[in-house]
Amino acid sequence: MLQAYIPMLLVLAFVAANAILILGLSHVLSSYRLTPVKLSPYESGMPVLGDARERFSVKFYLVAMLFIIFDIETVFMLPWAAAFHQFLALRGLLLAEMFVFVAILAVGYLYIWKRGALQWD
Amino acid sequence: MVEAVFWFFAAVAIVSALLVVTMRNPIASAFWLVCTMLCLAGIFFLLQAQFIGAIQILVYAGAVMVLFLFVIMLLNLGRDDAALKRTPTWFAAVLLAGVLASQLVPALIRYSSERLAFEYTRSAVLADPRMVFDSTLSAAQATLERGVPGDIAKPLFEHYLVPFELTSILLLAAIVGAVVLAKRRI
Repeated sequence: MLQAYIPMLLVLAFVAANAILILGLSHVLSSYRLTPVKLSPYESGMPVLGDARERFSVKFYLVAMLFIIFDIETVFMLPWAAAFHQFLALRGLLLAEMFVFVAILAVGYLYIWKRGALQWD
Repeated sequence: MVEAVFWFFAAVAIVSALLVVTMRNPIASAFWLVCTMLCLAGIFFLLQAQFIGAIQILVYAGAVMVLFLFVIMLLNLGRDDAALKRTPTWFAAVLLAGVLASQLVPALIRYSSERLAFEYTRSAVLADPRMVFDSTLSAAQATLERGVPGDIAKPLFEHYLVPFELTSILLLAAIVGAVVLAKRRI
């Protein structure tokens, strides 16, 4: 059973070795001449505005929360879609089930939309 | 060999879970929680629950951790943690952990293969551990035949049809709750 995971282990080992090699080589080979500008955080070439450690808006949380909810919806669709062909006699029922599931969540989607929760303002 | 891998994941999960609660920096705690969740995903893979393992990585180690990080940034923790070390907070934390442990530990001690067999079959007649755990092997065989998603889909959409539909109501409640709490001004 474990033999099936050897390719995955190889990929992980390759990724780890690659990361260590890139970081290690750039650490060893590069020269350091630090200036205050080089030490400041990179913000796409813009001058840095204030501290990074300030309170973030709750809007980010709302976006993450709504993302997770629809993420879970997709999680249920995945086995449904992947195993649809195995349900020979019950395909109609299976389709109806998913329609009801999506319809209930569509109510939630409409609520978010009408409530303006997708607007950043 | 499988046992060695299990002990590896279990040990790393426990150590990183301890680091989650002992780290001073909440962001570091969150990253150790990612480590714990990855180890749990590894254990799911060992239990032949590949779909659950993959979802554990995608949803918990990915999306839920992003949510946790947003909450940490929202509360702006990490600089001034003196408030967390005051006596009432400590007392509440110990009390909550104690209540949880008093429920969990006796339940885990009483867990036997007979009880596991009973919960698996839901029948006192069929709950012979040797038979049940033999049939779990044939369940692994069924996974091989039906494929990993098929093995999840068959009980989920046939036997647990109503709980599946109720999940969408739960998600709807979560949507409304999140919007009402975060958009109170409107």
